[in-house]
Amino acid sequence: MMNHSQSTGADYNYTIVRQFALTTVLWGIVGMAVGVLIAAQLIWPQLNFETPWLTFSRLRPLHTNAVIFAFGTSALFATSYYVVQRTCQIRLFAPKLAAFTFWGWQAVIIAAAITLPMGFTQGKEYAELEWPIDIAITVIWVCYAIVFFGTIAKRTTSHIYVANWFFGAFIITVAVLHIVNSMAVPVSLFKSYSLYSGAVDAMVQWWYGHNAVGFLLTAGFLGMMYYFVPKQAGRPVYSYRLSIVHFWALIALYIWAGPHHLHYTALPDWTQSLGMVMSLILFAPSWGGMINGIMTLSGAWHKLRTDPVLRFLVVSLSFYGMSTFEGPMMAIKTVNALSHYTDWTVGHVHSGALGWVAMVSIGSLYHLVPVLFNQGRMYSTSLVNVHFWLATIGTVLYIVSMWISGVMQGLMWRAVNSDGTLTYSFVESLEASYPFYFVRFLGGCFFLTGMLIMAYNVLRTVKAPKDSLPALAEA
Amino acid sequence: MIMSNFWSIWISVLTIVVIVGCFILLKLVNNNYTGVEEGKSMGHEFDGIEELNNPLPKWWAYMFYLTIVFGVIYLALYPGLGNYKGLFGWTSSNQSIGTELGLKADSAAALEAAKAENRLSQYDREVAHADEKYGPIFAAYLATPLEELVKDEEALKVGGRLFLQNCAQCHGSDARGSKGFPNLTDDDWLYGGDLATIKTTLMNGRNGMMPPKGGLPIEDSEIKGLAEYVIKLSGGEHDEALAAQGQGSFMKGCFACHGMDAKGNKFMGAPNLTDNVWLYGGSRGYIEESIINGRAGVMPAWKDILGEEKVHVIAAYVYSLSNK
Repeated sequence: MMNHSQSTGADYNYTIVRQFALTTVLWGIVGMAVGVLIAAQLIWPQLNFETPWLTFSRLRPLHTNAVIFAFGTSALFATSYYVVQRTCQIRLFAPKLAAFTFWGWQAVIIAAAITLPMGFTQGKEYAELEWPIDIAITVIWVCYAIVFFGTIAKRTTSHIYVANWFFGAFIITVAVLHIVNSMAVPVSLFKSYSLYSGAVDAMVQWWYGHNAVGFLLTAGFLGMMYYFVPKQAGRPVYSYRLSIVHFWALIALYIWAGPHHLHYTALPDWTQSLGMVMSLILFAPSWGGMINGIMTLSGAWHKLRTDPVLRFLVVSLSFYGMSTFEGPMMAIKTVNALSHYTDWTVGHVHSGALGWVAMVSIGSLYHLVPVLFNQGRMYSTSLVNVHFWLATIGTVLYIVSMWISGVMQGLMWRAVNSDGTLTYSFVESLEASYPFYFVRFLGGCFFLTGMLIMAYNVLRTVKAPKDSLPALAEA
Repeated sequence: MIMSNFWSIWISVLTIVVIVGCFILLKLVNNNYTGVEEGKSMGHEFDGIEELNNPLPKWWAYMFYLTIVFGVIYLALYPGLGNYKGLFGWTSSNQSIGTELGLKADSAAALEAAKAENRLSQYDREVAHADEKYGPIFAAYLATPLEELVKDEEALKVGGRLFLQNCAQCHGSDARGSKGFPNLTDDDWLYGGDLATIKTTLMNGRNGMMPPKGGLPIEDSEIKGLAEYVIKLSGGEHDEALAAQGQGSFMKGCFACHGMDAKGNKFMGAPNLTDNVWLYGGSRGYIEESIINGRAGVMPAWKDILGEEKVHVIAAYVYSLSNK
């Protein structure tokens, strides 16, 4: 399979793909390391060293921005630029603009890494960056769209491949979400106020927030999945018709799901009901992608025994299926009454972020890196395998600990005595959560260690002498 | 909140288009209109990847239909389509009907109007249920004089839980307070520590009112002396000459609240300066800060937040903390 990739790879723009692929690994390590640090701070608060820019409140947005926009989005840039060229059978459109998206995006990441710890924030979750950075993001994103859709327009294939539908939807929708949610009135270079107020502001924020999940972390990575799963498995995509239904239904429904983040708040009743209904209907279209990915493996299951890269991809689809089942359930108002504001939400996010987003990216990178650096395989397949187990165990430890602690918190907060008074004070529920915070920290350490091993493996592959790593014969 | 008809129709039409659209899409694609035999390749090839024309898994398609049916039923029963109120007439609060009729949202009139229109508010129902279930317990406590209630172990436990939920945020889980928030376990009381006074404090709240420099014509140059005198009063190590100077300043009017003997005045909540209990810190710096800027601590009035029944039980608990 990899030899096949190499043979047609001569004329594509791989420079930009290489750059984004390598920064994906780098920012992955940075973002996850900050995550492990703040997980540790929740157990040992003294780890903020009484330093303002090391406090949880400033590092938490740094962690989320780093993993979503530095790690995740770099992975999407790398794979979308690669996939769009190979499935359109044409070099990337506007190579200089593409290079600008790389350097521009790195500048945005650096600006975020400086301003967030300094405490500059718009106070909107996953959209904390202040207005000058927001404008820079908009410019870069429009250039990204020009490069991507320009390449599609120039394609030499008759159809547009399904992976590109998802990448395209992700690029367009993220632009719309970012622009609408970031509308603000600047009062100085580092301070602005949202254009919206009250419940409207909250609704715009979660319309953005949930669709950052829906279009960036779901649709974008489904695009990645639709190329790398069939490619790595060497099997045709299971069902073209399933692709059609689940793509159009997914993008039509996701955009409505935001209000489920605001159940039992000042949001009007009708908005809450509507958000819940659309989230539930979204369940089947979400699973469509998982089914199409997993069924693509039929006839290639034996490859899982020898190919840890394929294992990453399959396990990522399993976590995707699990979290897209969990999501609609948590959107049901009665379930949400228990789960909201607890660690269950945190666990849910990470089953998506670690289990799905990170695993599918890692699997894709292990496929991509040898191709980009003219090798037949990664430097060490057994290290890929070690990484696979570290990532899987880390994710499971994280999710399970947060499930237990989340449900426990929800039950403790609502427990009442026979006289109607609450059984537990908030602090008691916090105290009960500590053991699970430790397990979560442990899970994070596992995952981060895996990323460090990956960095070593990638580095050795990049530095290996030409053609020194031939593809292994298929078992 | 009622939105205009335009927006109501707008959102309803969009909602229906999306849900019905999903249904039609599913139905259409469920049949094979591709012209390619099922299970065979679609004939496209992208970088070596082909796509098969396999049918949608049946269980998956049925599940999709099922969620659509659920959605339609739910939107018929509950509010979700613009201003349509739903067959159940359910609302989370009676705020909407209050606004519609120009009534105060949580007023008794709004509640009656909601009932009359069969607009059951979940909030009202839950409060009514809680009142019915727990009301008698607290009514019985209220009927018990505080002097007896402090001997009722069960009542003190209830009071302790209410304290943890409502008071611990400022006074601490152990009720020992912190800077600006009085310690409730010692024997020092700003406004008095008898049962009736504690209850009054809880019911109506308290507003500390030490103005900057006591509102007196005290020069900045006198602050150091005053602080020294206050330290002397509470038996700390001090500079005798400076303290004597401060005593002169004290006589400019501080005594009006703190008393000639500086032992304070519980009627006004003026603290005793001769003991070694400090609400805002007893160092020279903190004392000077208190004199220069004054202090205006606030204890909220709980009668409208928790109601007298619960305040009654908490008063017994707070009393028990320093009267074991």
